[in-house]
Amino acid sequence: MIDFYLNLHPVVQGVLKGLAVIMVIFPIGGACSMAERKVSAWIQGRPGPNRAVVPWVSWIPVIGPFLQRLGIFHVMADGGKMLFKEDALPGHVNKFYFILAPIVAMIPALTTVTAVPFGAYLDTAGKVIPIALANVDIGLLAVFAVSSLGVYSLILAGWASNSKYPFLGGVRASAQLISYELSMTLSVIPLFLWVNEPGREATLGLGRVVEFQSQPGFLGGMWFVFIMPVSAFIFLTSLFAETNRQPFDMPESEADLVGGFHTEYGAFKWGLFFVAEYAHMVIGSTVFTLLFLGGWNPLPWVSLADLAGWLGQLSPLLAHPLAVGVISIGVFLVKVLALVFFFMWVRWTVPRFRYDQVMEIGWKKLLPLSIANLIFYAIAIAIIQK
Amino acid sequence: MGTFLFNVLAIFTLVTAAGVVVNRNAVNASMCLLLSLVGVAGLFVGLQAYLLAFLLLLVYAGAIVALFLFIVMLLDTKGDARPTLHKLPIAARVLAVGLVGLGVVSFVAQGKLPEPAIGTAPAVGASLKLYAYQLFTTYLLPVQILGFLLLIAMLGVIVLSKRFDGLEDIK
Repeated sequence: MIDFYLNLHPVVQGVLKGLAVIMVIFPIGGACSMAERKVSAWIQGRPGPNRAVVPWVSWIPVIGPFLQRLGIFHVMADGGKMLFKEDALPGHVNKFYFILAPIVAMIPALTTVTAVPFGAYLDTAGKVIPIALANVDIGLLAVFAVSSLGVYSLILAGWASNSKYPFLGGVRASAQLISYELSMTLSVIPLFLWVNEPGREATLGLGRVVEFQSQPGFLGGMWFVFIMPVSAFIFLTSLFAETNRQPFDMPESEADLVGGFHTEYGAFKWGLFFVAEYAHMVIGSTVFTLLFLGGWNPLPWVSLADLAGWLGQLSPLLAHPLAVGVISIGVFLVKVLALVFFFMWVRWTVPRFRYDQVMEIGWKKLLPLSIANLIFYAIAIAIIQK
Repeated sequence: MGTFLFNVLAIFTLVTAAGVVVNRNAVNASMCLLLSLVGVAGLFVGLQAYLLAFLLLLVYAGAIVALFLFIVMLLDTKGDARPTLHKLPIAARVLAVGLVGLGVVSFVAQGKLPEPAIGTAPAVGASLKLYAYQLFTTYLLPVQILGFLLLIAMLGVIVLSKRFDGLEDIK
């Protein structure tokens, strides 16, 4: 099986790997939309979606009703509804861009995965090797560059809809996303100053950041969220703004803009926007986990290599690279999903900002804070690493 | 890079660049500009200058063209009828033809870069460290001057667009 795979043409291998990752990200995006409904229900003290059920499953005694109450079949129900609903195309829209916009929304959301490592295994020499589609030197820059193209879907959707509310949503989106990109980029510079110690080949790779957080010793095993809490805070806030999550969901803002940029959309095109939003959120969470939460290391000061060592004492089967790889991906996914839950938690807790407040927070608070943060850490790192 | 890929990307870049000029609709033109920039980024990737490729995407495709679109949408240009061309004075015509001719002649005469220089030239855009080092040593002055120019432009925009009438303290 493995030999057969390795004998394939590299391009075919790459396509298969890419498809495998997309087949995980896309359903997670769909499942997150379901989870959001359930989480919001819990936070607001109501049962939430609990009706849809597949007939045969409901016959299973205890598990069937439990799954029904959990509402997991609503994912299928929603997906089916979106697929089979009439896909109306309003007469007043610019058809080309109207259809293009949801597609443009999905492409950056799924392309950013290529540069994001999502697990690691130990080779025979005991070296931790990240699992990624492309472990590139540019790493974070590639993620930022590709995900910054996502703004076009909102702008185009707003413009092509040829009606007031979507247009306002599109204009808001373009200004907001550019404003917060600045503080986001500035907030991670101290981190890479710290990671790129003198005498090392410079890198922006995300795998290297995790490697740095899994060194032995008190400071070595510390996650960056503890070393640079201000950076983490700025990055997370900008992430909320970049993914258009409440309290920053100005482009959508259903209280004053009906549905914002996707007012005119329905059926599967709307569904694509929806899944793209969650896919962006998942990717943002993975990047935050890699940068600040130690990536695939299970706990602060407990690296994956330590864990593999302990498991190896339990049973040699668990120390197999495949097992360690699966465990690391599991640890990583748990962290990412916890962060996604945090996104939802914030959405149903913090009220939405007004647009002028969004701009004021971005330009007058976060940007000066991130610059001050950068200067502070630049001086501190220069003194420590001299 | 394979010649085939280079040809595809080069043609794509040129066609979309022509689209920027030809299109009447400003939104179409901006989207063509975006595609053209993506094509150039692809060419950079082919040259293994990944850093430049992604910086181009991040700064130009991701932010600047988005700003273009923002402005285009705010002004809501509908692609009006083209202004009729006025007859240019003779001097301007001669000058224009002369300049174009000079450009073509100089391109034909000296349009070739010396071969060995390409082979031995350091690939500054390829490595992160090398690029940053060059930026802070060899090209420090141009970078600073550019930054200063941008600052002046920004201040100019603020002065021109903002009314300072009721604000005594700012004056």
